[in-house]
Amino acid sequence: MRRMRLEKTTATRGSVGPSSATHGLWCRLEIPSDPKRVEEVEETILSQCQRFSFTDRDLFALKLAIDEAFANAVKHGNHGDCEKHVRIKYRVTPRRADVVVEDEGPGFNPASLPDPTADQHIECTHGRGILLMRAFMNNVVFSPSGNSVTLTKFNDSTRNKTEHSIAFG
Amino acid sequence: MLQDAARLKITRDGEIVLVEFTHRKILDEANIAEIGDQLVALVENEHRPKLIISFAGVDHLSSAALGTLITVSNKVRNHDGQLRLCNIHPQIFEVFVITKLNKLFRIYPTIKEAKESFEAQGKQSVT
Repeated sequence: MRRMRLEKTTATRGSVGPSSATHGLWCRLEIPSDPKRVEEVEETILSQCQRFSFTDRDLFALKLAIDEAFANAVKHGNHGDCEKHVRIKYRVTPRRADVVVEDEGPGFNPASLPDPTADQHIECTHGRGILLMRAFMNNVVFSPSGNSVTLTKFNDSTRNKTEHSIAFG
Repeated sequence: MLQDAARLKITRDGEIVLVEFTHRKILDEANIAEIGDQLVALVENEHRPKLIISFAGVDHLSSAALGTLITVSNKVRNHDGQLRLCNIHPQIFEVFVITKLNKLFRIYPTIKEAKESFEAQGKQSVT
């Protein structure tokens, strides 16, 4: 059975993510642990970003990072158990998007992962997801237990405008 | 045309086999596994395969898809074959650069240049 719960809650400042975000509402999704369900998560969040004119590059980056985080949650966190869920919390403002992806697993230590770009690992068929998240996001923060990751992407279109106004007054 | 599967279009030009994707996104693990199985089966049926994989029209790619490409690359090598990638969108090429897989794969801008790379190598081996 397809099931996705959506709740909107007033942001509790400082509860999740960086403290500079202010007025956005945190929205919550609870998705069955099925890799195919990532598309509806991406569509839901990216449609919000498009409303604030995030650039195509921002959208590509967010889609890639959400896909990798969701895949990790399903495969490594929930071990493919379709009875478990992936909890998503997101907030989109004109300046930034924050997405929290949490699984029901015990977590892991991201620092323990080998460097997939090292010569001895370059032909490994897995282990590049976190590298890509970190490369394409402005900020990637794992919870202390490691079963939750917060992805942050700034809206490059508003950042460019801000930089332009600073430069030219 | 040898095969027109749901997610892959496979055509032959002489001894070169060209694989093109029919979907814009190569993300979902189940679909990636299906694509990987088809590509591996294709390579296993070829003697010294010369395989070109074109990413024209593909605008999203996940790390799981990269893993499948490595598996296919190893399979091609085990069959004394050669693999070329081409038509990779700049944003996706960035994924290859970040993961340093642009050094592992031979990547060309177009199908024509990928084909010519086989021919150039063939001429070099004769002389």
